[in-house]
Amino acid sequence: MADEKFKVTIDGIPVEVAPGTTILNAARQIGGDIVPPAMCYYSKLEDSGGKCRTCLVKVSKGSEKDPRPMPKLVASCRTTVMDGMEVQNITSPDVLEARKGVVEMLLINHPLDCPVCDQAGECKLQDLSYEHGVAQTRYEFKRRTFEPIDIGDKIKLHMNRCILCYRCVFVADQLTGKREHGVINRGDHAEISTFIENALDNDFIGNVIDVCPVGALTDKTFRFKNRVWFTKPVDAHRDCPTCSGKVTLWYKGEEVLRVTARKDEYNEVEEFICDTCRFEKKKTADWVLEEPAPISKQSVIDANHYDVFNPPPVIKKNLQLQEANEEQLARTERLK
Amino acid sequence: MQSLSNRKKVIEQKPMNFWERMYLPAIVKGLGITIRHFFKKIPTVKYPEEQRPYSKNFRGLHSLKRDEEGRERCTACGLCALSCPAEAITMIAAERTKEEENLYREEKYAAVYEINMLRCIFCGLCEEACPKEAIYLDGPHVTADYVRKDFIYGKDKLVEPVFDITKLNPEKTN
Repeated sequence: MADEKFKVTIDGIPVEVAPGTTILNAARQIGGDIVPPAMCYYSKLEDSGGKCRTCLVKVSKGSEKDPRPMPKLVASCRTTVMDGMEVQNITSPDVLEARKGVVEMLLINHPLDCPVCDQAGECKLQDLSYEHGVAQTRYEFKRRTFEPIDIGDKIKLHMNRCILCYRCVFVADQLTGKREHGVINRGDHAEISTFIENALDNDFIGNVIDVCPVGALTDKTFRFKNRVWFTKPVDAHRDCPTCSGKVTLWYKGEEVLRVTARKDEYNEVEEFICDTCRFEKKKTADWVLEEPAPISKQSVIDANHYDVFNPPPVIKKNLQLQEANEEQLARTERLK
Repeated sequence: MQSLSNRKKVIEQKPMNFWERMYLPAIVKGLGITIRHFFKKIPTVKYPEEQRPYSKNFRGLHSLKRDEEGRERCTACGLCALSCPAEAITMIAAERTKEEENLYREEKYAAVYEINMLRCIFCGLCEEACPKEAIYLDGPHVTADYVRKDFIYGKDKLVEPVFDITKLNPEKTN
């Protein structure tokens, strides 16, 4: 029984997975375009998923024993596979239509302030609405607004942008052991908060920035410093006593603007990193550089980047020329 | 050999005759052409005192716009710099404080905004990329200068002046 495998077909592509795997994870084993997008599901966090409904898929055949289709679209991050199940994702117009509606609902209260937001360029909601959403909003009422607040001295919470995916709550719950961070109020009034604005001071709390799919939780040390597409990500590691020390450094010129955990193709961190690595080690000397972080060719972060890690200088240093230039500058300065 | 087009003419070179050797008729003829031009309409335009009409979509010097309340529209999103094929634009963003709400439209603004006019090719892609309608290439030509560093235009040269209705017609208000 232990090595029994279930045969599932997703968009016509068969795959064999272990029992208990969700449809989303089965699709991720195949990879490519047929993987449903997920805003709230996070494979590294227990109990995450089932909240945003972007990963809806159609089950056209329940299983080998009971071939009836499921009556409604199901959330693929929460539904486990059955033997002989047939799933339609991008081949079903129903799913695409439903996903369009879900994106519209997610964007109801989300401000369209991408030019201001630090997450723009690596924001999953931006990608999702670009791929699945409609260009215009039909919402005519006032969006709910909050003042940005500080959670701890290094993290800023912009509640306007939150889509209530609960990922940060799970991080605070599961990584830190002592829960101070949660969601208060219900329905439309729900908001992420710490209990009576407790400052979060756990060693791993900085990871809420990484798991946030939108720009609601942002790094105060990077806030408005630069746009992500002008920075160059470089993988690096360091000998850290509390965490694995494997990070991505975001360079602008010779300066490290930001340190984040390494993310995989689904924008999930590979290993959570501690706050010392994230906020305090911002010098190249603190790190052992490995290689440029792999970036998808479609990503805006890839724009205007050159392939070579340490590009040779374009112009050779010519002291004679420098001297002549200085002399000319001195001459022209006198003219002014 | 017969030519293909049958249009070939063989020019006969003869020695010049007496009048031709004097050159006087040729000089008079040439002067006639010169003098005739004194009475023709002059096509030269005396720029910059006089200017030809510009095309409506002429792209000149950039200007950073203000909104109807006189606040700067630019939010330093960096899309102009990203779209710039010549990489002429650089900026440094800063966060707006409570007191500066009448100066800047968005919560983030460009503290430094520089365009290198020697690099700029006036393609207008920055104007197209701008999500805030903050930059337009609606100015005149970029003027000549002596030193390279003077072609790096900062916010002092780019941001349009505040529209003040009282200063619009100083004779009438006084």
